[in-house]
Amino acid sequence: MKAYTIKTIGRLIARKLWGATTDLLPIVLVIAFFQLLVVRQPLPHVGEVIFGALLVVTGLALFIQGLEMGLFPIGEALATALARKGSLFWLLTFAFALGFSTTVAEPALIAVAGEAADIAAAGGLIQADDQARSSYAFGLRMSVAVSVGIAILVGVLRILRGWPIHYLIIGGYVMVMLMTLIAPAEIIGIAYDAGGVTTSTITVPLVAALGVGLASVIRGRSPLTDGFGLIAFASLLPMIFVMGYGILVFN
Amino acid sequence: MTFLIEFAGILLSTCRDVLPILGLIVFFQLVVLRQAIPNLGRLVVGGVYVVVGLALFLAGLEKALFPLGKIMATQLSDPLFLYGPSGAEVETAVWQAYGWVYLFAAMIGFATTIAEPSLIAVAYKANEVSGGSISQWGLRITVAVGVAFGIALGTFRIVTGTPLYFYIMVGYVVVIAQTVFAPKQIIALAYDSGGVTTSTVTVPLVAALGLGLASTVPGRNPALDGFGLIAFASLFPIITVLGYAQYVHWVQERRKTISKENN
Repeated sequence: MKAYTIKTIGRLIARKLWGATTDLLPIVLVIAFFQLLVVRQPLPHVGEVIFGALLVVTGLALFIQGLEMGLFPIGEALATALARKGSLFWLLTFAFALGFSTTVAEPALIAVAGEAADIAAAGGLIQADDQARSSYAFGLRMSVAVSVGIAILVGVLRILRGWPIHYLIIGGYVMVMLMTLIAPAEIIGIAYDAGGVTTSTITVPLVAALGVGLASVIRGRSPLTDGFGLIAFASLLPMIFVMGYGILVFN
Repeated sequence: MTFLIEFAGILLSTCRDVLPILGLIVFFQLVVLRQAIPNLGRLVVGGVYVVVGLALFLAGLEKALFPLGKIMATQLSDPLFLYGPSGAEVETAVWQAYGWVYLFAAMIGFATTIAEPSLIAVAYKANEVSGGSISQWGLRITVAVGVAFGIALGTFRIVTGTPLYFYIMVGYVVVIAQTVFAPKQIIALAYDSGGVTTSTVTVPLVAALGLGLASTVPGRNPALDGFGLIAFASLFPIITVLGYAQYVHWVQERRKTISKENN
């Protein structure tokens, strides 16, 4: 019996590792192709590269196992419990806090905000001293974090009320287009990118589980049609807020 | 030894990413919901797997793939490589000379999207929720094709120096038009697939490519032109996912009419 269990576990681990290997394979092929055929330069540190690739495969397999065991169930359990509790206030507070707290400390966002401050200073839009730069970067980070919080909140409200997603998204697109016309050129590229960098690898599964969990508990909602869409808001609203911040600060 | 220290650093920063989420969950369970968490042991083990797995994943990327990818992005956009020995004197960019760059952009965009953990998570959920009718690999490949096309077009934009908002607005118009005709069930998922594509794997490589290009293409300002690739990578997957859904829908409708005619 025991030997059988070990064998099954072994097979399970092998399957996960194999899955992660196929996920990684395209990158290896692309880099090998360009390195060998196009750039034609010797590969530096082959041993280190192989070691790194092994780490990536193991890490990805563990991560996916952890998703199934930890992140998805907790997200859905919380969504169900909050929906059953029936308090709109706490549900929306949770939604906002989840968006805000996971974004405000996001390293990618801190890096982008710092870079954006340097650009604005170089363009003469803000003063070039350290204080002006860091306050500008802080303001940028806050506008992104608040906008992601509001995005998740609006997305949850949409699931509760059953609003069709395309009206909200198309309305958002129109807002982005209109604001692009009046926003200063230096902020537009950063604003467009801000949407993409906000949602981290741990936030996405949790937010997806929250949406799907809510949509499966509430009567009349389909998990597929209504459960998705939270991440879409979280990548759209930061564009609008960052351009708004640019317009406010630069005028 | 240095590797262990590096890994500890990455593990620590992953833990810091998880901290606000952990605090939020504990607060809501204990203060708002006031109930024990079901299957606590399993959840904790799963959480540890996620953190350790992500840290290993990132450490491996830093060790193996990012250095190579970044070096290649700079090498491929080097004027000496593109124009031959006379490259140093080139003053205006000829967009036809950058063929390898577009190909590299498309292929690396496709490959990194396939390995993106956030997309794997969303594809897993979509497969579960749709009862298997949305296949994980189908969604991931469709999204990856969108990213590949988006990033290739984005590098073309940097080389030609055309304004970013022009492309994005045309993209938006296409998405709006597709939304009108696409099957309703897929719309939310399609919009989501734009946001999930760009995270841990894609952003660092794509950012290196954008900044490398903007600093070597004659007449481009890295501060202004280096941004925007991520925006392309988040817009085009929406178009490909909606397009694929429309295609499948169309095939099904056609099959229905044909079988009706045969009867």
